[in-house]
Amino acid sequence: MTLNLDPNIADPDGFYDELLAAHEGLSKAESDALNARLILTLCNQIGDRAVIRAALRAAR
Amino acid sequence: MTAIFDTPLYPYVRHPDQDRLARDPVIIVGAGPVGLTLAIDLALKGVKAVVLDDNDRVSTGSRAICFAKRTLEILDRLGVAAPLIAKGVQWNKGRVFFGEREVYDFTLLAEDGHKQPAFINLQQYYLEAALVGRAQELGVDIRGRNRVMGLEQRTDYVSLTVETPDGPYLLGADWLIACDGARSPTRDMMGLGFEGRVFEDNFLIADVKMRADFPTERWFWFEPPFEGAGQSALLHKQPDDVWRIDFQLGWDIDREAELDPTRIRARVDAMLSSQTGTIPDYDLEWTSIYTFQCRRMARFRQDRVLFAGDAAHQVSPFGARGANSGIQDVDNLSWRLALVLDGRSEALLDAYATEREYAADENILASTRSTDFLTPKSQISQIFRNAVLDLAADHAFARPLVNSGRLSVPCVYPDLADGLTGPMPTRPGVACVDAPVGAGYLLDHLQGFHLLALGCDAPDMLADNGIVVTRIDAALTEQIKARYLGDAPSALYLIRPDQHVVGRWPNFDETTVRNALRAAIGRE
Repeated sequence: MTLNLDPNIADPDGFYDELLAAHEGLSKAESDALNARLILTLCNQIGDRAVIRAALRAAR
Repeated sequence: MTAIFDTPLYPYVRHPDQDRLARDPVIIVGAGPVGLTLAIDLALKGVKAVVLDDNDRVSTGSRAICFAKRTLEILDRLGVAAPLIAKGVQWNKGRVFFGEREVYDFTLLAEDGHKQPAFINLQQYYLEAALVGRAQELGVDIRGRNRVMGLEQRTDYVSLTVETPDGPYLLGADWLIACDGARSPTRDMMGLGFEGRVFEDNFLIADVKMRADFPTERWFWFEPPFEGAGQSALLHKQPDDVWRIDFQLGWDIDREAELDPTRIRARVDAMLSSQTGTIPDYDLEWTSIYTFQCRRMARFRQDRVLFAGDAAHQVSPFGARGANSGIQDVDNLSWRLALVLDGRSEALLDAYATEREYAADENILASTRSTDFLTPKSQISQIFRNAVLDLAADHAFARPLVNSGRLSVPCVYPDLADGLTGPMPTRPGVACVDAPVGAGYLLDHLQGFHLLALGCDAPDMLADNGIVVTRIDAALTEQIKARYLGDAPSALYLIRPDQHVVGRWPNFDETTVRNALRAAIGRE
């Protein structure tokens, strides 16, 4: 598997809404914590270290 | 009754060497676990080493208390493991806390088909006492209250000045092995330092003797909620109803104030009562503040002086890598030293240094990662650490990320070619994985250089450069197949005296095996 940097999410506006909604009403600290939990959960889903490494590079 | 650490086990006795100029092939400085293990291993290989120690008894306090499987395997090869395992505590239930909250618990399940348990908890003085007993049984010359005061490297020997209750004397050594601990006087006398200082911290250690039942569980706290308990706290059981408690206090502390028994008791009371609400009856048996750094010497060999154990490298206590790695150092060194004394290449000793420096780096890396998890160094690392702990409460996937120390596992020495498509856990460089063989275990049979022939022919013995390699046979049981063959129909392993795999191939090929053996003994 390689990192997919092409559009891959159906209903992009709906996804974006859902992402922001998850943070609604949270303080900055709570949002930071949620983001960290989300990143860890998604990384576990990916599992493949090469893909995660490529994503880290792309994000940075 | 006098405690074992108050009893002189190798009291000072005036030695004839004090009245003459003597020279010994091997002098070991330090009668701790590392020095004594080396002396025993050498004695079993026919090398009589002299052990010098400035004390005459085992160390006070529990100190190193967790001995991992590989250490127990080495001790078993030396004939000292069985009583230690009988005495030691094995626990398998652990609980992880984060502040006030219990995040999860776990039960360790050891892989079956190994002679030794995954680890035991045992006070260091019991190990030392067993090693002293075994060394004396083998006739090792342990000289108590013999303190090395001076050291000079000559062309072909090391000259020592040794202080005793009867005054100083001179002693020569072909090889000097410094196993004299973290504050190694040998290292200081040679003007050698440490490289790096990756991490440093103070631990308050309390050995608590319970007067009532208390569960045999390991409790680990991140951010313990008790007054002044520091950044992490650990409770686990030792023999004799003693529980060991470690509080991680940070670097800048007032040692005197922290050692005040009232202050220690307040912390211990809070911890022990946290799960039941009642404070159990206990005595404080031993308390100490332990300071450590993660760092190592640049080179473990300095001409005729070799360093092993804490004298050569120091790590954090997370993962029990101090005493365990020191014992693995001398497991690596003893067979090499015996061969060098028998006229083989000194390249063997350079290889000791290279391999164990690599192992020290691996241990320092592991303990640095643990400390980064325990004491996050930035705001974002704190956020991720706490996220892992929060997730671990609900989701199994996050639990392997929780790092309160990774139990010491033996190093895999690098750069050895693998001639077989076989299981990774038995690739060249690893310490052989144990498995039942006949009525015993594979490791029972591994004391020297061996060929392990599985489903292929090999000679009963092979001699090369005066080294005799003997063949070991093992029936192709499910465990032997899983651990040594995998999908391969047959395999031939070449194993060295510290039970590490030198090479493996599908079949016996004499030239290939001889070349691998010569490389292992420093003869290209």
